[in-house]
Amino acid sequence: MMQAQGRPHATKAPLDDSGLPTFEASGGDWDQIAAEIAELGEERIVVNMGPQHPSTHGVLRLMLEIDGETVTEARCGIGYLHTGIEKNMEFRTWTQGVTFCTRMDYLAPFFQETAYCLAVERLLGVADDVPERAQVIRVFLMELNRVASHLVCLGTGGNEMGATTVMTISFTAREEILRIFEMITGLRMNHAFVRPGGVAQDVPAGLSQEFARVEVEVRKYLKQLSDLMLANPIFTSRLKGTGHLSLAGAMALGVTGPVLRSAGLPYDVRKANPYCGYETYDFDVPTSTDADAYARVVLRLEECYQSLKIAAQCIERLEKSTGDPVMIADKKIAWPAQLAIGTDGMGNSLDHIKEIMGESMEALIHHFKLVTEGFRVPTGQVFQTVEHPRGELGAHIVSDGGTRPYRAHFRDPSFNNLQAVALMCEGGQVADVVVAVASLDPVLGGVDR
Amino acid sequence: MTDDATPDDVTPGGITPGGDIGAAPTDPGHRKPLEVVDVRTGMFGVQGSGDTSGYGGLVHPVTMAYASPRPYGGWYDEAVDILAEVLAEAGVSFDAAINGVLVDPPFATSKYSELTLHVAPEHLVAVCQALRDDQDLRFELSLGVSGVHYPGDVGRELHAVYHLTSITHSRSLRLEVSVPDGDPHIPSTTTVYPTNDWHERETWDFFGIIFDGHPALARIEMPDDWPGHPQRKDYPLGGIPVEYKGATVPPPDQRRSYS
Repeated sequence: MMQAQGRPHATKAPLDDSGLPTFEASGGDWDQIAAEIAELGEERIVVNMGPQHPSTHGVLRLMLEIDGETVTEARCGIGYLHTGIEKNMEFRTWTQGVTFCTRMDYLAPFFQETAYCLAVERLLGVADDVPERAQVIRVFLMELNRVASHLVCLGTGGNEMGATTVMTISFTAREEILRIFEMITGLRMNHAFVRPGGVAQDVPAGLSQEFARVEVEVRKYLKQLSDLMLANPIFTSRLKGTGHLSLAGAMALGVTGPVLRSAGLPYDVRKANPYCGYETYDFDVPTSTDADAYARVVLRLEECYQSLKIAAQCIERLEKSTGDPVMIADKKIAWPAQLAIGTDGMGNSLDHIKEIMGESMEALIHHFKLVTEGFRVPTGQVFQTVEHPRGELGAHIVSDGGTRPYRAHFRDPSFNNLQAVALMCEGGQVADVVVAVASLDPVLGGVDR
Repeated sequence: MTDDATPDDVTPGGITPGGDIGAAPTDPGHRKPLEVVDVRTGMFGVQGSGDTSGYGGLVHPVTMAYASPRPYGGWYDEAVDILAEVLAEAGVSFDAAINGVLVDPPFATSKYSELTLHVAPEHLVAVCQALRDDQDLRFELSLGVSGVHYPGDVGRELHAVYHLTSITHSRSLRLEVSVPDGDPHIPSTTTVYPTNDWHERETWDFFGIIFDGHPALARIEMPDDWPGHPQRKDYPLGGIPVEYKGATVPPPDQRRSYS
């Protein structure tokens, strides 16, 4: 009945299913469907999973051909969250671009912002002029963001297997980190805080104390998570040996990040090609050789501890450099707005408004030109990579010498890593598909951009 | 032109105050030779002249470098030499395969320089194979394909850009392949780098570059029946005007442009 042309495929012509029996599951009716399928006596069926399925990490669509309980073919369908962010960036100034790329992988916004800003700074030729304090703030935000992102990965991964407590603990811990983000940037997500030339604003007073409190909390939750997961016989039997991806397979498919390191290669852009001064921080890159979903959980937990270690070093440096600039000195690039907390929330500081509106015509002109027109970036192209929680994130930025990016392309690790789904799932159990996809940790906002 | 040239020196007689397409582009350093890829017109963004009013009628050539002179500096010379050797062993002439070697910014002036090899489409797979397999090159990790559309770069409007990384040697380089709009065919590199599968599909989807030999070149982000290739410069952004507090904000592609 299922001929070769009828196999599920993301890319082929629509399946001619006239004459094929089809079933639509709407929840709670699985027994009835199973009984009807059993009547047909057909072992091979095609299951369309998603794009609206709670265990596909958002809007991922999986097309599975299953023979009994065995997956014989697994294909991904993506594009359901494509919003044209790259195209939109070509119609905004270089500074406004940050507002767009932060929304790509919404669980790791600071990584897109930083990759983009580092690329723009290199095109401008000012990469070495960015203040040290701004780089420390970037590293601090990125490392806390890595912890938050890994916590979502572990939490949703656990939830998809039915372990709701793993999810509640992870999200409670993430909430603590989001509080720090809100304290620094004013927002929990979509911050647009890293800007070409530095960061939008200095960190507020009291950050050290807040971080000290949050670090203790997050470490406590991480301990709870490892206690709950790592020695749990159900958890281990479910994850060990599942979603295997060998080193050769990972390299051929360009899979990076924790999935590559779980196969034994200690490749981390922070070590291999440091940016933002990562070469001056003390941290380790954990690896494993088991190459399965369990090893990736262990690695992600360990990476959380390493990230907290880096964040603590950042706090030390921030305390030493209090009062230093956080934006490049070149006034042709530095955004003129000085932010301050007012009675109605965050806005331009009254001192700055007083200067441009009442004291200096030139300051007003400068402010107006830089905000509306923006700055020009010399012609050329740059590829800047950073170590994203999910792998190597690359920003390919092209300038034609104008006030807008000519082309901005992001090599998102989730997009690339999803190619490994077929290799990790085919030949395995259908229930293991969920575990394998969760161990890749795709975020569809980044996949589709 | 010397470094202490004043703005007056670059606007001799016969050139309009807003700039002139016929005038030699001002060289911002060591980037030679520069090739005009686009000509920008408009009211804003005049360079090399004190007149910012725009009444001169801005005509500004956008130029890009395609090749650098030797020595390239750093490991670039050695890597290019090894690539030439390996290609010769495989029976491919280096000059036929590589149209230009660009180090930008120049190695001597910046620690952030990047190596770009402009590869002829017909030899792309051989170059990738050499870069991946030779032990002294060993660019084993491909970081995907990105497209760029230069409508003004006549004869090579569509560029496919490949970023390769050597974990072994801790190096990175860029391959750039340009094809004309009328014949946008590039051989698929999926036989050498299987990871480029989805990236080539994305570049086809967004730019209309056809990767010959790809196992299933179909749209990946847009629906299968979508007309056009959205990231091309001739494809409109779209959008509707938005009313806010009595004023109307036009869609982004219809707002004033300064580029």
